[in-house]
Amino acid sequence: MNYDLSAVLILILPLISFIGLSLFGKRIKPELSGLIGSVVLVATAVLSLFVAYGYFFDFGKLDGAYVKHIAFQFSWLQFNENLSIDLGLVLDPISVMMLLVITFVSAMVHIYSMNYMHGEERFTMYYAYLSLFTFSMLGLVVSVNLFQMYMFWELVGVSSFLLIGFYFTKPSAIAAAKKAFIVTRFADLGFLIGILMLSFGAKTLDFFVLIERLTATGSPYLAGFTSTTFMGLSTLSWALLLVFAGGAGKSAMFPLHIWLPDAMEGPTPVSALIHAATMVVAGVFLVARLFHVFAVSAPDALSIIAYIGAFTAMFAAVIACTQTDIKRVLAYSTISQIAFMMFALGVAGWGEGQNEGFTASMFHLFTHAFFKALLFLGAGAVIHAVHSNEMKDMGGLRKALPITHVTFLLACLAIAGIPPFAGFFSKEAILSSAFEHNKIIFYVGLITSGITAFYMFRLYFRIFWNKAPHADGHNHEGHTWSMNIPLIILSLGAVFAGLIPFGSFISADGKAIELPFHLMFSIAPVLIGVTAILLAWALYGKKSELPAKLSASIAFLYQSAYHKFYIDEIYLFVTKKILFNLIGRPAAWFDRTIVNGMINATASGTVSVSESIKGMQSGRLQTYAMFFLGGILMLAALLVIKFM
Amino acid sequence: MSVEAIIFYILAALIITFGVLTVFTRKIFRAAVFLLFSLIGIAGVYILMDMQFVAALQIVVYVGGIVVLIIFSIFLTHSSGERLAPQKLSRIIRAGILSAIGMLFSVWIITHHLFLPVTAPPIEHSVQNIGLQLLSYTSYGYVFPFEVVSVLLLAALVGSIVIAMKIKKQ
Amino acid sequence: MEHVPLAHVLILSTILFFLGIYGFFSRRNLITMLMSIELILNSVNINFVAFNKYVYPHQLEGVFFTLFIITIAAAEVSISIAIIINLYRRFNTIDIEDTKNMKF
Repeated sequence: MNYDLSAVLILILPLISFIGLSLFGKRIKPELSGLIGSVVLVATAVLSLFVAYGYFFDFGKLDGAYVKHIAFQFSWLQFNENLSIDLGLVLDPISVMMLLVITFVSAMVHIYSMNYMHGEERFTMYYAYLSLFTFSMLGLVVSVNLFQMYMFWELVGVSSFLLIGFYFTKPSAIAAAKKAFIVTRFADLGFLIGILMLSFGAKTLDFFVLIERLTATGSPYLAGFTSTTFMGLSTLSWALLLVFAGGAGKSAMFPLHIWLPDAMEGPTPVSALIHAATMVVAGVFLVARLFHVFAVSAPDALSIIAYIGAFTAMFAAVIACTQTDIKRVLAYSTISQIAFMMFALGVAGWGEGQNEGFTASMFHLFTHAFFKALLFLGAGAVIHAVHSNEMKDMGGLRKALPITHVTFLLACLAIAGIPPFAGFFSKEAILSSAFEHNKIIFYVGLITSGITAFYMFRLYFRIFWNKAPHADGHNHEGHTWSMNIPLIILSLGAVFAGLIPFGSFISADGKAIELPFHLMFSIAPVLIGVTAILLAWALYGKKSELPAKLSASIAFLYQSAYHKFYIDEIYLFVTKKILFNLIGRPAAWFDRTIVNGMINATASGTVSVSESIKGMQSGRLQTYAMFFLGGILMLAALLVIKFM
Repeated sequence: MSVEAIIFYILAALIITFGVLTVFTRKIFRAAVFLLFSLIGIAGVYILMDMQFVAALQIVVYVGGIVVLIIFSIFLTHSSGERLAPQKLSRIIRAGILSAIGMLFSVWIITHHLFLPVTAPPIEHSVQNIGLQLLSYTSYGYVFPFEVVSVLLLAALVGSIVIAMKIKKQ
Repeated sequence: MEHVPLAHVLILSTILFFLGIYGFFSRRNLITMLMSIELILNSVNINFVAFNKYVYPHQLEGVFFTLFIITIAAAEVSISIAIIINLYRRFNTIDIEDTKNMKF
């Protein structure tokens, strides 16, 4: 079978599934539509495995380095001979890796949802939206063109909006959907401006042409771009930072992270797919896609990204320690982990021995997708069993949910970076590349990984231990095979994904690299992780007063972390109080009084003029005759004056 | 001042008087009768100007036809002795001003324009001459307008019957 | 008639013409308006005949136009009487102020 064709099919199948389900969804049984969605997604997952195999082991290599392979491309909008918007499908290491992750997690979520969403009213539409999301996310990662990526980027935003607001009868879900949409849209404004600046400077929208033009030494495009500076950064840096702003919006980097915790209003499998494993890493992917430009031509922008990433990682991890809604804990954990990927990219450079950060970031993206999706699906199983998101309703569930318990534990170990689970390898790679390039960021990362272990095990102990085992000892999992299978499969990923020699497949320049791994170096992070786990055990393993006392002793810090450092309130203050009163109201006044006033004046002027002249059209014969005679007299007078 | 001139001025005064009465009277039947006298006066002016044929036509068509028709229609649409509704004052004033301006303007032009008669020898405006030229089809012959006017008359005849016909309701 | 200047005849016709105009404007009754029109037409006829007599005595055109105008006036009156009768049937009045459905 042809690889190109399979790659195209990977994209087309979810689209067909979406169209079919949304058009004919009313006519088929919900169970059938779930089955259709899942089968299609399993098929795409198999296809992408096939394509990945083909790319990595068959045709992807040229002279020992992986190169891009355009599976399919056509010119869609030709603006002039240089600038065009193409639609296409590119295979290179990161897009193939993303294809694999997306289709795999999506397939798991599809299967899982068959049970989790069972009996929902709009079950078919749910599957249609999932398929739409999968299609747009796949389209995003295989984009050949900045603008194509932007289109799919927005499509992803739309499907995320639809899925967050899936329970649209719940006001909080609507608010969350709106918030997610508006915040990401606001960020996308920066992305769009960045795209326009980049395409203006490089005179192209094609990724690979753009990268080549903006990285080659002595390139006239690059010279034109970097010659002007603003506030100490070159135009190119600004353009790339604006592009990054779009990525920060999607990837929930500080200060645009506020939508992600609220997005947990959506169904839990959706959170697993969109808000943990795939969509939120789109920002990381975007930076990775343009990494060459960042690293070579705008290292200052890259270091800004690194600091934003490091700060967000720490910030989100601290908040995660205080949240009581388990999905919110996971959401902040996601923000923190994505920030790990971001700063891993940020500390990387271009060239031999510099670019481990890139590989580490992609590696972490890969492993994170498995264990975070697993955590969310596990949390979904817990919520399904206890019908609550709050930690205080849980505890001692290890007998009631044995499979969930085990898989959740594996995922927690993975995210905490305990060897030999997946997270250990990717996090070690990130930390060691940070260690080599930026010590501050390394220490922030180190502490954050400790906090990560703490809050993950706080979550784990609060759910599965803490109280006595559930009295009934009833097993909630007996009939939920479609929820358990994805959990088991994903836990295999969480355990073994780290063993993949990632460096030989994915690197910034396509050449295989060896990820640094030193036993001595790993001792510190692992020790910190283990200590944090033990601390969590001491605090939350049994029901005790200790956590409450501890939080009371650092009340100020605890309270501010619990309230997410009041970021939401600051946003509300800025938007509602300042923007609304200072800009919105005057603008509304201007619109209503001046703009509308002018329109109304025109209208009423027209009306009054027509009112006053409509009397002429009175239907009175004599009036007409008078005008007629008057006109004739005037004409006669004119002629007399002229000729006499 | 010759007799003709005296007769003309008397006729003119009568024409204008009856015209004024036609326009100003509030009784419609009287208006028709005053119109009749005015038209007869005009016929007299024609006779004074040696246009016997036109004068005869004026008497036959206007006096004998049109005014009779008007009187018939008055009988059809009015009960006798009815006074006409007065017009709005503003309308009367406006009409008066407009007509006065127009009249003064025209009179001013007439009195300031010199009408020069041609010097060619005059011909007699006899019925014979009129008939010959009216039915002549050589140059300056009027047979074509004559025919057109006869068709127009026929059309008006048919048209007025059609318009005034009662439409039977089904 | 040699002793009457053309201008005086013309002034007679002008006065008659504007009497007709005034009647046309100031009357409310359609039949009296029709009478005013007759006055106007007659004043025109006087003009034609007078011009023919005084200015172009070697021609007959003024007479012809008078004839045609008289003919057309007859046709016009017959049509207007028909219309007035029709109107009367429909609105039961021939007052022009009451029959202004043409308005606006």
